[in-house]
Amino acid sequence: MIGRLLPVIIFLALGILLAFGLKIADHKTEIPSPLIGKQMPAFSLPLLGQEEMMVSDQDLLGKPFLLNVWASWCPTCRYEHPVITDLAASGIVRVIGLNYRDEAADAQEWLRRFGNPYEFSLADLSGRTGIDFGVYAAPESFLVDARGIVVFKQIGAMTPEVIEQEIIPRLQPGSKVQ
Amino acid sequence: MKTVFAVILVSLASVTLAQEPLVFDNPEQEARYIKLTTELRCMVCQNQNLADSDAPLAQDLRKEIHGMMLAGQNNDQIITFLVDRYGDFVLYRPAMKGNTLALWLIPGVLLGIGGIAVFFTVRSRNRKLIAQRQEGSN
Repeated sequence: MIGRLLPVIIFLALGILLAFGLKIADHKTEIPSPLIGKQMPAFSLPLLGQEEMMVSDQDLLGKPFLLNVWASWCPTCRYEHPVITDLAASGIVRVIGLNYRDEAADAQEWLRRFGNPYEFSLADLSGRTGIDFGVYAAPESFLVDARGIVVFKQIGAMTPEVIEQEIIPRLQPGSKVQ
Repeated sequence: MKTVFAVILVSLASVTLAQEPLVFDNPEQEARYIKLTTELRCMVCQNQNLADSDAPLAQDLRKEIHGMMLAGQNNDQIITFLVDRYGDFVLYRPAMKGNTLALWLIPGVLLGIGGIAVFFTVRSRNRKLIAQRQEGSN
């Protein structure tokens, strides 16, 4: 009896395993950030377009903000640009850019052409601050709370669904972000 | 013969690591660097290691690792630096702990199940053979 059922059981087990694998494979390239729940890394970066102005992580404390990692060479940044623009215009949260591994002139041209949604952009031309944030593929967005703790990371394009389901709930009074 | 040999040598050279020339303090340090970068995953092209990848981030991280080595940091310090930023996923040889336990144990468990299955199959086949032989001799 068991002998006859065994192939069926093995088949089912394998089927479940593979289905599970396929489900995981959908999100395989998204790597959970070890930064969640931790203080954002320290940095001091010049502002894009006002290179004499330096901004540090300490300067950003006090209000939650979304740090959007973007670059002029990044096609998906262009794709998510309207969503970031809408989010910034809504005033729900400060939107700050991290211009990642870019040329200052290209970056400014990109903002001129498509519009500048950012309160300001930090110029991380070498990508060194990007390494500290664990950036590996622009666009990425970090939601940082008023105390400077990273509470959420979006890898890839920002979408209205992510804003609705992940960003806004974390900004509500009483949530830990405030 | 010499030409053949030269061709083989040249084709071997093309498999060397995708890397910019780096200066090391000593050959041991260079060997350590090569070993370490082949054990770390490039986050951009996730099935390549840092040594082989041409991605800009891989170049940056190689430079970073090289700098840390020249500054006298050991492998543990460098690995901690990367894991703090990119998570365990950078390690091709993940540490054994709670959430990686399954990863380490499942191959052994599967091998065990296979071994047990083989044992029982062989045993029952043996019994059948013995039974057949006994029938034949009767």
